[in-house]
Amino acid sequence: MRYFLAVAMMLGVLLLGVVGFRDTTTRRTPIEVFPDMDRQPKLRPQAEDAFFADNRGSRRPVEGTMARMTPMTMGASGSSELVYGYEDLPVNTGHLTGVTNYVENIPLTVSGELLERGMGRYQINCQPCHGALGDGNGITRKLGMVVVANLHDPRIIKMPDGELFHVITSGRNLMSNYAAQVSVKDRWSIIAYIRALQRSRLASIDDVPEQLRSTLTK
Amino acid sequence: MSDIFPKWTNQLPVKIIAGAILAATTGVAGVWYYFTPKYTRVGYQPIQPVPFSHAVHAGQLGVDCRYCHTDVEESWYSNIPAAETCMKCHNQVLPNDPRLAVVRESAATGEPIPWVQIHKTPDYVYFNHSAHVNRGVSCVECHGQVDQMDEVYHAKPFSMTFCLDCHRNPAAKLRPPDKITDLTWKWSDDPEAAAKAQKENGSKFVTDWKVESMENCSACHR
Repeated sequence: MRYFLAVAMMLGVLLLGVVGFRDTTTRRTPIEVFPDMDRQPKLRPQAEDAFFADNRGSRRPVEGTMARMTPMTMGASGSSELVYGYEDLPVNTGHLTGVTNYVENIPLTVSGELLERGMGRYQINCQPCHGALGDGNGITRKLGMVVVANLHDPRIIKMPDGELFHVITSGRNLMSNYAAQVSVKDRWSIIAYIRALQRSRLASIDDVPEQLRSTLTK
Repeated sequence: MSDIFPKWTNQLPVKIIAGAILAATTGVAGVWYYFTPKYTRVGYQPIQPVPFSHAVHAGQLGVDCRYCHTDVEESWYSNIPAAETCMKCHNQVLPNDPRLAVVRESAATGEPIPWVQIHKTPDYVYFNHSAHVNRGVSCVECHGQVDQMDEVYHAKPFSMTFCLDCHRNPAAKLRPPDKITDLTWKWSDDPEAAAKAQKENGSKFVTDWKVESMENCSACHR
């Protein structure tokens, strides 16, 4: 009995040494205890798949094509005017139809809803470099990114909205493009928010309603 | 008879029974402790091809999760960014750092970086990121404090109970939609006040946003 217990204990300790405990980090691939259909021969996004020559489960769009997919609503949510991504319209390209001139104003209906969306998207995508205030003092300034545009620069204030759209879509100078990150509608919403940021610095006391002026300290 | 059964065999049945009980207990305890994602999945921390630190990017620098995981609000799947996304900053920040060699090469050639997937549901589970993220379920509920992880590890078990615990009482976890990616956000620093605010607002969110935290099989298994 004594030997049996000793052997059992030793086996137990040995086993514990091999398998370890819960809540410890490990490099080992997780074991799937009951692997019934856990992994199925179907495509999963961004996963490897031996079916294709380049091993990529996610396929790239065919060169020179664009997704038709769902149309975009021009106005606020619930609007019935629809636009498809392949149409040569200012809202898709930032240019006036048929020419290379930039469209002057945002082709979508600018609403509070769009501005709010723009604020959120700006904070996600633009703030790291351009800063929360749009003055080009984002976190990357301290990390070695020296040339970041100040969005309050008169050069940018005077830019047509279509040109800003073009910059977000295709990039400019050291800023690379955000076409893949930010959807067409979100790009316009960001532009609307940038315009709001710019106006906040261009405002004069006359823009403040008279009854509220006394609340501002000069 | 003593020739066939010597004296020491008298104790044999007791020993066998005791040994069997011990073995069975150990077996049951072992299955209970080990045959669960709490052991098999939690703590999984594979070596990644690039020593990318979420603690630096999402924590210290405060980059929003959605700067890189762009599709999480639109898609069932939360995407791993392409190397181009890294290069938006790293074309100027640490442009020659050897740790980023793989990223630069991937951006130049278009060959994907072989990131190792950590959080993986079984293929028969149809989890939808957008449905959760747009209804006030924060990233932190399933992925843990990623903004404090230098190397990401599997923090939560992802067992079926893990899903159901929340589906049975979503009000305990829902938060304002603009705080989804703020992983350290709390209602209040005072735990009592936080619990009270969660209780008040959680059930309000459930009704306001028509949260249908379904418990039927086909909600997740199709």
